Amino acid sequence: MVVLSQPERPPASNDSALGWLRKNFFRSWSNALFTLAFGGFVVWALLSVVDWMLLDAVWRVANRDRCGHDAGACWAVIEDRWRLIFFGLYPYEEQWRSSLACLAITLTIVVSCVPAFWSARRLPVLWLAGLGIFFVLMHGGVAGLPVVTTEQWGGLSLTLFIFASVFLLGMPLAVLFALARRSSLPVIAMVTGGFIDIVRSLPLLTILFAAAVVIPILVPDWLQGSKLARVIVAFAVFFAAYQAEIIRAGLQSLSTGQEEAAQALGMPYWSVVVDILLPQAFRNTLPSTINQAVITFKETSIVTVIGFFEVMASGKAVIGTDEWGAQFIEIYVFLALVYFAFVFGLSRYGAWLERRMRVGHG
Amino acid sequence: MTAFLRSKRVHATILQCVFFAALVALFVFLGTTGQRNIEAQGMATGFGFLERSTGWPMAFSMIETSSRSTYAQVLWAGLLNTLLVGVLTLVFATLLGLVVAFLRVSTNLLARFAGTTFVEIFRNVPAILQVVFWYAVLTHTPRPRDAYTLGEVAFLSNRGLVLPAPVFSGTDLLTILAALLAAFGVLAAGRKLNLTRRGRILVVATVIALAVVLWLTGRVPDAPLVSVPELAGLRFVGGMTLSPEFLGLLVGLSLFGAAYVGEIIRGGLLSVEKGKLEAGAALGLSPWQVNRLIRIPLACRAMLPSLANQYIWLMKATTLGLVIGFSDFFAIVSTSINQSGQTLELIGILMAGFLLLNYALGTSMNLVNRRLKLKGGH
Repeated sequence: MVVLSQPERPPASNDSALGWLRKNFFRSWSNALFTLAFGGFVVWALLSVVDWMLLDAVWRVANRDRCGHDAGACWAVIEDRWRLIFFGLYPYEEQWRSSLACLAITLTIVVSCVPAFWSARRLPVLWLAGLGIFFVLMHGGVAGLPVVTTEQWGGLSLTLFIFASVFLLGMPLAVLFALARRSSLPVIAMVTGGFIDIVRSLPLLTILFAAAVVIPILVPDWLQGSKLARVIVAFAVFFAAYQAEIIRAGLQSLSTGQEEAAQALGMPYWSVVVDILLPQAFRNTLPSTINQAVITFKETSIVTVIGFFEVMASGKAVIGTDEWGAQFIEIYVFLALVYFAFVFGLSRYGAWLERRMRVGHG
Repeated sequence: MTAFLRSKRVHATILQCVFFAALVALFVFLGTTGQRNIEAQGMATGFGFLERSTGWPMAFSMIETSSRSTYAQVLWAGLLNTLLVGVLTLVFATLLGLVVAFLRVSTNLLARFAGTTFVEIFRNVPAILQVVFWYAVLTHTPRPRDAYTLGEVAFLSNRGLVLPAPVFSGTDLLTILAALLAAFGVLAAGRKLNLTRRGRILVVATVIALAVVLWLTGRVPDAPLVSVPELAGLRFVGGMTLSPEFLGLLVGLSLFGAAYVGEIIRGGLLSVEKGKLEAGAALGLSPWQVNRLIRIPLACRAMLPSLANQYIWLMKATTLGLVIGFSDFFAIVSTSINQSGQTLELIGILMAGFLLLNYALGTSMNLVNRRLKLKGGH
């Protein structure tokens, strides 16, 4: 018998440590070269960052004269000014209320991530309650709490408040927009469609800016509300335009049989929408919705441009002083970490949901 | 009669009429309130202000402007600035995104780690914070006298980045344009004449060589080809200067955009079936050829719609220039509102400008999409 070809050896087992190393780092000569060169750079970069952020850092205000002289990060600035960054211009004695309010909103967000709360009744109640507690704590005026007007709100609590109220206000608006755009009545569908497309092609900053300068001209005084209310409403409309398209995609992904079966059972329109279509549409588009929430959270930082004192503006205020002006990198890194904590958490949750759903679909 | 009222079509018509009437009523309400407020505050109306000169200078502009320029000219210059920064952002974000995407799909764990770290850092921090951060870093660089330098031709100081720049005159631009046209013409003709790949390269090379000779002989003798910046006292002369505002916006948005674009490209690369890549390898194509001939073209088709959305998002994000004082379209409109008081007209121009810009971008991406689409029936 003629042996046509030498049977190839089986590939190196991946179970051993050596096999793992080879598979991940040294597949070929060029790969090994890349690993060594690039690995050197990565290790150097990581070591420098750890050095700067932790090992060489100055942590206490007492040691602040060491700042800047070959030392690493000067976190003393955070110890000195964390109250300004987190609470803005909120009265000093009342700042515990601001922390509790932040906690209330954060808890609301976390709890609404639990699947047991995903029902058309529980979620709105939860969010209304969370936002209500926040407002009572922040604004005061009841139970002996001194009143603190919205002009004095600032820092992280303002960021969270804007995010939560935009979400709460924008979600029903988005459902309305999506239903109107899918409506069988051509006038309503076209007008809503045009409106959504226009809002989506404009930058958020210009919409908030327009709301800040145009509403005082076009709307009578009694309807204008506070500056904060105007910005939140404009932001909610912007959010709704994007979210409406997500919900519409979810509605389109459902088979028409669902709607027809419900109609055949004699269910009225609203019941078909609320009980049959929307729950499925929301479930199918959860990852996109979370993604939109993540984007919205990041974009709350834009209100600093039109003069609100949220967490980014209060951070910039710290740098604006002569005392800590040189510590701009520390402040920006700290702000980035604050945003990162929220955004990364949310987006990891979104990724987890997506994996879970893919398993469900088999 | 009651049957007529109950019929579905009548219902629909009545509902639409009510909706339309409510819409008209809303506009009339806003219009009359607006008119009353404008009259009460004695605000000017109409677009006549566009012909007036502004009285304030622009910090950065690609066309010549001064404090004597009209509002129309300044707004146009602002739109051009937005376009410039936007297009450059798209280019850099795409190039960097491509690198990040290939790092993330690499078989090398280290490359994947680096790619993931990049994406997570730059995607999870607001764009505005990144732009402000880079701007702060750039303005805290040393004075021109102690500038960081690369080979004494490029300098980074708190005045911005100064680079050597080619010196162009009007005739130079004409020559270059003519050469480009000729090269395109040759390529188009080459396709008709069935020239080989080598033949085409040869012809294009000849055209370019001819153009270079023409350009070198046609220009003013002894004029320098490249202007190299030099330190003169407290500032640099010559070359071109990229201001910290321009650079901060460009760097911030490019890094932020690259994280998103990288993820979109990665999604596209992963959407290509493994079997197709293995088939390519089995045919004896090198890894580079598999990437160039199979993976990238197929991935392009899958990712183009999301990429178009991301591009439009980045274009809109250039409005962040206002925060660090870059004279983009939005910043110019905002200043104009402060100076002229014609809020409604300027907001209208602002929105029209962005609608136009995004419409153009969307249309061109659709065009590319149609060109790249798989053509059926082979």
